[in-house]
Amino acid sequence: MGLTEMYGLGIAKGMILTLKHLGRKPFTTQYPEERLSLPARFRGYEFTWYINRCTGCATCAKACPHGCIRIVTAGYADNRYIVDTFDIETSTCMYCGLCVEACPFQAIYMGSGFERATYNVERLTLDKEDLIAAPKKPSLYAQFTLPKPREDDEPSLAEAVARGR
Amino acid sequence: MSFKTEPLVVNFGPQHPSTHGVFRMIVSLDGEVITDVEPVMGYLHRGVEKLAEERTYLQNIPFTDRLDYLASMSNNLAYVLAVEKLANIPVSPRAQYLRVIMAELQRIASHAMAVGSFLNDAGAFFTPLMYMFREREKVLDLFEMTCGQRLTYNYMRVGGLSHDIPPEFLPALGKFLDDMPGFIDEYEQLLSENEILLARTKGVGILPPQLAINASVSGPILRGSGVKWDLRKADPYCVYDRFDFDIPVGKAGDSYDRFWVRLQEMRQSVRIIQQAVAQLPQGEVRSQVPATLRPQAGEAYAHIEAPKGELGFYLVSDGSVAPYRFKIRSPSFINLTPLREMMVGYKVADAVIILGSLDIVLGEVDR
Repeated sequence: MGLTEMYGLGIAKGMILTLKHLGRKPFTTQYPEERLSLPARFRGYEFTWYINRCTGCATCAKACPHGCIRIVTAGYADNRYIVDTFDIETSTCMYCGLCVEACPFQAIYMGSGFERATYNVERLTLDKEDLIAAPKKPSLYAQFTLPKPREDDEPSLAEAVARGR
Repeated sequence: MSFKTEPLVVNFGPQHPSTHGVFRMIVSLDGEVITDVEPVMGYLHRGVEKLAEERTYLQNIPFTDRLDYLASMSNNLAYVLAVEKLANIPVSPRAQYLRVIMAELQRIASHAMAVGSFLNDAGAFFTPLMYMFREREKVLDLFEMTCGQRLTYNYMRVGGLSHDIPPEFLPALGKFLDDMPGFIDEYEQLLSENEILLARTKGVGILPPQLAINASVSGPILRGSGVKWDLRKADPYCVYDRFDFDIPVGKAGDSYDRFWVRLQEMRQSVRIIQQAVAQLPQGEVRSQVPATLRPQAGEAYAHIEAPKGELGFYLVSDGSVAPYRFKIRSPSFINLTPLREMMVGYKVADAVIILGSLDIVLGEVDR
């Protein structure tokens, strides 16, 4: 081990480095006041679901490893199923994004939010109304572009296209 | 004059800051000297191997993220290599290079965490850890802009990658690679000659090379004992045979050597990434693979040099959409094998350092 070599030189070297750092600017972001800008592909909360694009094919529900998407359809009309129930149980969702990757109609996107604390675990299950009312901030994960605008689109989609995401 | 003392049995963990999770050691003490260690594990057992048997090959990729959660990219890589071997799926050159870049970035991030928490265990409370986190943060930012997450990436796919890197990735990576050697110099200045660290770690937890081989440990722990064994050289996967890099090995096999090997491996990873970026070809990153993959009945084993050692996936297919058997050869678990031999005879304060130098992740030990 060499106790004879211990003159404190190594500690002094380390201390010089610490002193050098004293003059540098801090790189901490004070979170609630300051916010970092998230990358476009960030996979976050509040799934963005476009009801007029969804055909109720349930490809997303089959792709989910946990089975946390529940879809019930009521009848078939005009080349699509009428979506009756569309629940996403975000308390078990692990945000892997496989549902987004699987969707053939660009109807579901990951969101860009991350502040998802609630007092009640049941509120973490997003139903159809929640998804329609949710702030539409689609993440560009897996679907790298927003869909081409169509006549029957919701206004929020046109806004998202205008914003770029 | 010596005192006769009663042997004392002490529980280390399962809730102890030095065990990096929920790991329990039943330590028998004679005074301050350890006479026996019995590891108890399983507190984080989630049954991933069984869960994977009822999910498709694609759906299992997010589960591999959650084994060694400090090195998710490496887990993804080992698993998809096994599936590709099982189903004979080709991978494009660009995807191969990007896989190497991601795996090496992950090695830097994982070793930064390993070294930081090791020093935390050695008593340098949080200052070195925060230095390490500064760099790990930069790697996580690179991963976040690529695949949208900071811990559970789910980036590799059977037949390539889930998608290409964004245009801002390569400039950011270049800047990181320019800065990183300077940061490693900083760590060495701060730590490698620090007398307190030397006194605490030199000659502590010696693992002789013969025992290391017999206990089939791998990764920085094996190389710290002076055995030059690295799967990137011994059995090259992806395109590792096209890069020029060295394998750092320790001399004494003590805790300090394991720490030193990790620091040097970070340097080598930077070298590999620089070469990979220079050679990076254009092209597709994902080959055409059916959404529900049904490999022919058979078996495959693929292994990689993960940051913690040899990570292997053994898959058996019965021709259905889900694997019939999904076995993980996890390095953290097998690296715990010589724990008793390493600890017996040292003081109880050294137990924390020896366990810290092994760099275990409980998500992988218990699976």
